[in-house]
Amino acid sequence: MFSISELVEKANLKVLVEGDTLEKEITGCYCGDLLSWVMSRAKSGDAWITVMGNINCVAVALLADVACIILSEDAVLDDDAKLKAEAQGITILSTDKTTYDTACIINTFGV
Amino acid sequence: MSNSVKLHYDVSGEDFTRAGEASGNIKKVLKEIGCDADLIRNVSIATYEAEINMVIHANGGVVDVDIFPDHIDIVLADQGPGIKDVELAMKEGYSTAPDNVRSLGFGAGMGLPNIKKYADEMKIETEVGVGTTIRLKFYIK
Ligand SMILES: Nc1ncnc2c1ncn2[C@@H]1O[C@H](COP(=O)(O)OP(=O)(O)OP(=O)(O)O)[C@@H](O)[C@H]1O
Ligand SMILES: [Mg+2]
Repeated sequence: MFSISELVEKANLKVLVEGDTLEKEITGCYCGDLLSWVMSRAKSGDAWITVMGNINCVAVALLADVACIILSEDAVLDDDAKLKAEAQGITILSTDKTTYDTACIINTFGV
Repeated sequence: MSNSVKLHYDVSGEDFTRAGEASGNIKKVLKEIGCDADLIRNVSIATYEAEINMVIHANGGVVDVDIFPDHIDIVLADQGPGIKDVELAMKEGYSTAPDNVRSLGFGAGMGLPNIKKYADEMKIETEVGVGTTIRLKFYIK
């Protein structure tokens, strides 16, 4: 099993919002910024990499059952999005790496 | 007396930041009832797409949910501008979303196709200048 906490450690990610638990399993990965594409293509349990840090992304993460949101390229997390994620138990991580480089790291875990 | 569980939500057309509250709440209730995770996800995504469409394109509306032992009915009704060409609106990529909501990640023109994908049945009733009603049905296996 490959957990969020393992990814945080190996990819040196910042934890912006811890959410319910960092011990949740990551079973896949989806990259994208258009919310309807994400809801169409992302699978439950995916780590979702995006540069969108607004409150609607938190709603999408919650409804689509992704394992966590990873904001790449040091994309900004809005204050109201942070509050909503804390209230809903959504995990939000961040990195200065690109979306591609972050996905490549996840790939090395064989998900 | 019917033995269904009924839920009702008013969706504000002003407040983007609150959009998704009805869908989030419905998800919570289905979880409490003990529905299957895939069903909850299908309902959540389809309802969210329709809810956010009411906010973006129709200045808000109402959501009514009826949970029966073997299926869930969800009706989303608005008094917005209506949809002139439903067939066109159902096409992947068709969108009239304004720039300010595109910058938030909406406007891919994938919302209605997503609803069709995740709901077991979908009916759109719409009239230009009057409004739009979307009826969804999900089977409980
Ligand atoms: N409730 C509604 N009232 C009026 N027009 C609507 C309504 N719902 C959808 N439409 C019209 O249908 C189009 C397609 O809707 P759809 O949800 O597929 O895409 P979108 O909302 O533009 O973008 P996305 O859902 O990918 O963020 C919209 O751009 C809009 O013109
Ligand atoms: Mg839409």
